[in-house]
Amino acid sequence: MDPVIISEVQEALDRFKDKEVYIHLETTNGAYASHNNESFFSSGAYIRNAKVIYERAKITGEGPFRTGLKIPFGWVYAEGITHFEIDDKGRLLLAGHDFNGKLAVALEISETPFE
Amino acid sequence: MEKERHVLVVFPHPDDEAFGVSGTIASHINMGTPVTYACLTLGQMGRNMGNPPFANRETLPAIRKKELKDAARAMGINDLRMLGFRDKTVEFEDENMLANLMSSLITELNPSLVITFYPGYSVHPDHEATGAAVVSAVEKIPEADRPKLHCVAFSRNCVEELGEPDIVHDISAVVDIKLDAIRAHRSQTELMLEEMADKLKEKDPKTMAWLNNERFWTYKFS
Repeated sequence: MDPVIISEVQEALDRFKDKEVYIHLETTNGAYASHNNESFFSSGAYIRNAKVIYERAKITGEGPFRTGLKIPFGWVYAEGITHFEIDDKGRLLLAGHDFNGKLAVALEISETPFE
Repeated sequence: MEKERHVLVVFPHPDDEAFGVSGTIASHINMGTPVTYACLTLGQMGRNMGNPPFANRETLPAIRKKELKDAARAMGINDLRMLGFRDKTVEFEDENMLANLMSSLITELNPSLVITFYPGYSVHPDHEATGAAVVSAVEKIPEADRPKLHCVAFSRNCVEELGEPDIVHDISAVVDIKLDAIRAHRSQTELMLEEMADKLKEKDPKTMAWLNNERFWTYKFS
């Protein structure tokens, strides 16, 4: 993955517009966060292969970045995005890595279901 | 360490075996005992992606699968079962299905010793669910026929509530194999090994004690 280049991510986001796509969205502190630090409130969320069609999408911010997708009756968004990759299957993979390089958030868009 | 007929190790994540059990596994294999390692997931939700990242969410499973095979090879395990579950979802699966899966492994392999996590004392929800499934499978076997059940525990309250571990294996004779197993899980362990490099080189007593002693609690059926 490479550090976000806004123009390239925006172009990829626009390419999926108005198409049926599969979304992977997750955010996590890791399962050991509360074990390692009892005062830490651990939380996370995960959705894989949610099928959506979005009518607009934007990546914004000064880095780490925010990405939002406007879907017919709502929104999908992720905050803390630092890296991107368009993989060999043409999927847009966005990830936010924390200061130690650990994955903190991921938002991925694909025209075919993720494995 | 007693000579076993067959050892079955059941953990949910590639690398769960490396730190706490790989020396024990290697010791059994050195004694000629067959060891089966059943690993429920491919650790798809691991967070270490490298800095700069060498992996992403979609490439990580294949990387960890290869690391798991490499670790198995390092320990000399010939029978590695990858059970196909997804990291962090084990606790949401059907408990009966999981327990039945464990029963079928036990029936097939007829192990004299099963190693897993101690339910209630193993921190990660996947560890808890895996341990619980194994316990429930062993519990169904008539007491006289049950394999021994040795559990790994590391929650903050484990010693307070379970007492000191009743089984401690000194695995220093195979510590190089253990280090190879740890190294095999490169995506997850490289950073940590870097931090430990000097201590390992100097054979720092605390680090060596942590590495050389593998601790288990015999499961207490109520």
